[in-house]
Amino acid sequence: MIHAEDLTKVYQMGDTEVRALDGASFTINKGEMIAIMGPSGSGKSTLMSIIGCLDVPSSGKYSLDGESVESLDETELAEVRGHKIGFVFQQFNLLARTSALDNVMLPLTYAGYSGKERENRARKALERVGLGDRTHHAPNELSGGQQQRVAIARAIVNEPNILLADEPTGALDSKTGVEIMDLFQRLHSENGQTVILVTHDAHVARHTDRIIKLSDGKIVSDEANPNPIKAGMARGDE
Amino acid sequence: MLFSENIKIALRALRANKMRSVLTILGIVIGVATVVALLSIGNGATASITESIQSGGSNLLSISPGRQQTSMPGMGQSQQASYLFYDDYDLLERTLTGVTSMVPVYQSSYTVKFGDESFTTSVSGVLEDHAQARSFTISDGRFVTDGDNKSQLRVAVLGSTVAKDLFGSVSPIGQMVAINGVKFEVVGLLESEGAAIGSPDDVIYIPLETGYNKLFGDTANHNGKKTVNSILISVTSSDDMENISAQAEYILRRSHELKPSEEIDFNVMSQADTLETLNTVTQTLTIFLGAIAAISLLVGGIGIMNIMLVSVTERTKEIGLRKAVGATKNQILTQFLIETVTLSLLGGLVGILLGVGIAVGFSVTGLINSLITIDSILMAFFFALAIGIFFGLYPAFRAASLHPMVALRYE
Repeated sequence: MIHAEDLTKVYQMGDTEVRALDGASFTINKGEMIAIMGPSGSGKSTLMSIIGCLDVPSSGKYSLDGESVESLDETELAEVRGHKIGFVFQQFNLLARTSALDNVMLPLTYAGYSGKERENRARKALERVGLGDRTHHAPNELSGGQQQRVAIARAIVNEPNILLADEPTGALDSKTGVEIMDLFQRLHSENGQTVILVTHDAHVARHTDRIIKLSDGKIVSDEANPNPIKAGMARGDE
Repeated sequence: MLFSENIKIALRALRANKMRSVLTILGIVIGVATVVALLSIGNGATASITESIQSGGSNLLSISPGRQQTSMPGMGQSQQASYLFYDDYDLLERTLTGVTSMVPVYQSSYTVKFGDESFTTSVSGVLEDHAQARSFTISDGRFVTDGDNKSQLRVAVLGSTVAKDLFGSVSPIGQMVAINGVKFEVVGLLESEGAAIGSPDDVIYIPLETGYNKLFGDTANHNGKKTVNSILISVTSSDDMENISAQAEYILRRSHELKPSEEIDFNVMSQADTLETLNTVTQTLTIFLGAIAAISLLVGGIGIMNIMLVSVTERTKEIGLRKAVGATKNQILTQFLIETVTLSLLGGLVGILLGVGIAVGFSVTGLINSLITIDSILMAFFFALAIGIFFGLYPAFRAASLHPMVALRYE
C-alpha cells in the first residue's frame, strides 16, 4: 500500500544543507503494524511527515494506495490527509474548550460530511476507544490517557488507510501507555488497521510486527519482530 | 465545508477569549459610533439651519455693507469700512417695484436691565413692516408700529429668550426695562423661532427713529448721515429675485458714486445664497469630523489586525492540527478571515447602536437636533466590514501559509 523509493529530504539551514532523509526505500503492506525507530535527529520525523503527506520529498518516489504523492500540490495533499491518514500526536493536540465529540468530528467537517452523519460516526469512534460516555467532556476534564483516546478516535473517525502515531505514549505514564498500546493492537488485530508508530523507545517499538531503524536519514535495519509484546496480556497479568 | 460551519468555528474562537474580543472591537465600536453620531448631528444641524433660514421669511433679499462678508441673522457684523445709509433705504423704497415690503435695520449690542437682572443683548431698530418681512409671530402684545416711529416712543418688543431671562414667568407687557440706561416700555413679545446657529430669540426690537434719537447716538452716524446695518427686501414673486437684486445693486452703485471699475461696497444676498454659504460650511464641517472619526476606525482596524496576528501565533498548533486532519489552505484562510470580519461587524453593530444612542441623546437634551439617516448607518457598517476584510487578510494569509509540519511542532 505504501511504496517509498529512494526518498530524500534536504533542508536549507542558512548556508548548510541538512539531509534529513537520505535515500530511504521501503514498502508497507495493508494491515501491517510497524514501528519506525531512531534517536532524535535520525530523520524519523521527516519520514513521518512524508508518509503522512504533510510534506513532499525533495527527490525519490512515494506512492500511497497506488497514487503518486510527490507531485501533489498543497490542496491535494490536504485532501489525501483528510481521507487516508489518521494522525496521533505525543501532545494529543486536541482543541481546548471543545468537547470530545466536536474534536472527533473535526476531520469529518473538512471532509464534507453532513452534520448528522458526522455525529453518528464520531460517537461510534468514541465508543471504539472506550469513551462512549465522555462525549461532552472538554479535554481539560479528561485524564491524559482519555485525551489520547479522544485523539485516536479523531484519527480513526474517517476510516483512514493508515493510522500514523508519533510517540503516542511519550506524554503518558507507563501504565496508561500500556493501555494506549493495547488500543492500537486491538484496532490492528480486530479491524486490520494499518498502524505506523514513530518512536525512539525500543520497548514501544517491540509491540509491533516489524521495526524499521533509522540513523542519519538512512534505513539501517528493517526486520520482522516475530514475538511482539502483547499490551493486553500485560494488563491481564495484573 | 459549509460557510455556516466557518462562522460557528469563528464564533467559538471569539467566545473562548471574551475579554480580548471585547477589547479588540472597542476601537471599531468607538470609530463607528463617532461616524454615525457625527454624521447624524451634522445632518441635523444642516436641516435645522435650512429650516430656520426659510422660516425667516420667504423671498427675502438682504443688503448689508461690506465688500464680501455676509450678514447672518443674529450674528454681529464684521469690521467694515463701508456704510449703508438710511438714505439708501429711502432711495430704494422710492425706486424699486415688485417689492412687498422693505425695511432698514440698525442693530447694536447694549446692556439691558430689569430689577436685578442685567445682561448684554442685541437691540435692533426697525420699522413696522419688519415683522411681516421676517415672518414674526407675536405671542403677546403688539409689534413696533409706524406711530411709535413717528412719535419716537420708547417702546420695546422682546424676543422669547430675553423675555425669559429678564422676567422669568412674570408677564413683561407694560414693564419698564432699561436699555443702556434708557427706559423702554415693553409692548410686545415674539414667539420663539428656534435655530441651530446664533440666537434669533436673544434680541430686542425698538422703533428705528427712537433708536437714532435716544439710544444709538453717534455710532449710528457717519458724516452726518444716519447709517443702517442692513436693508431687508421682501420680493413679491420669487421669479423676480435676481432682477430686483440687480436693480438694487445698480441703484446703490449710483448712490454710492462708485466707478464702474470699483467693486461694490455692499452685499446683496438672497436666502438661497445664505443657505448655500451655510450649507457649504456645515458640509465641510461634517466631512471634516467624519474624517476624524474614520481615522479612529482605521486605528480600530489596526488593533484588530494586531490581535489577529497574536491569535495566529498563539494558535499555530491548532492550525497545524487542522491542516493535518485535512483542512486546505483556503479553509484556514476563510476561517481566520471570518473571525476578523465577525469581530469588525460586531463592533460595527454595537457602534451603530451607540452612535444612534448618542445622536438621540443630543436631540433629547435639546443641544442639537440630530438627523439619523440610513445612509450614514450603511456607510459606517460597510466601512467596518471593509476594515475587517482589509485588516483580516494579512493575518489570515499568514495562518493559511503555515507549513503543517512546522505548525504542529511549534512550541
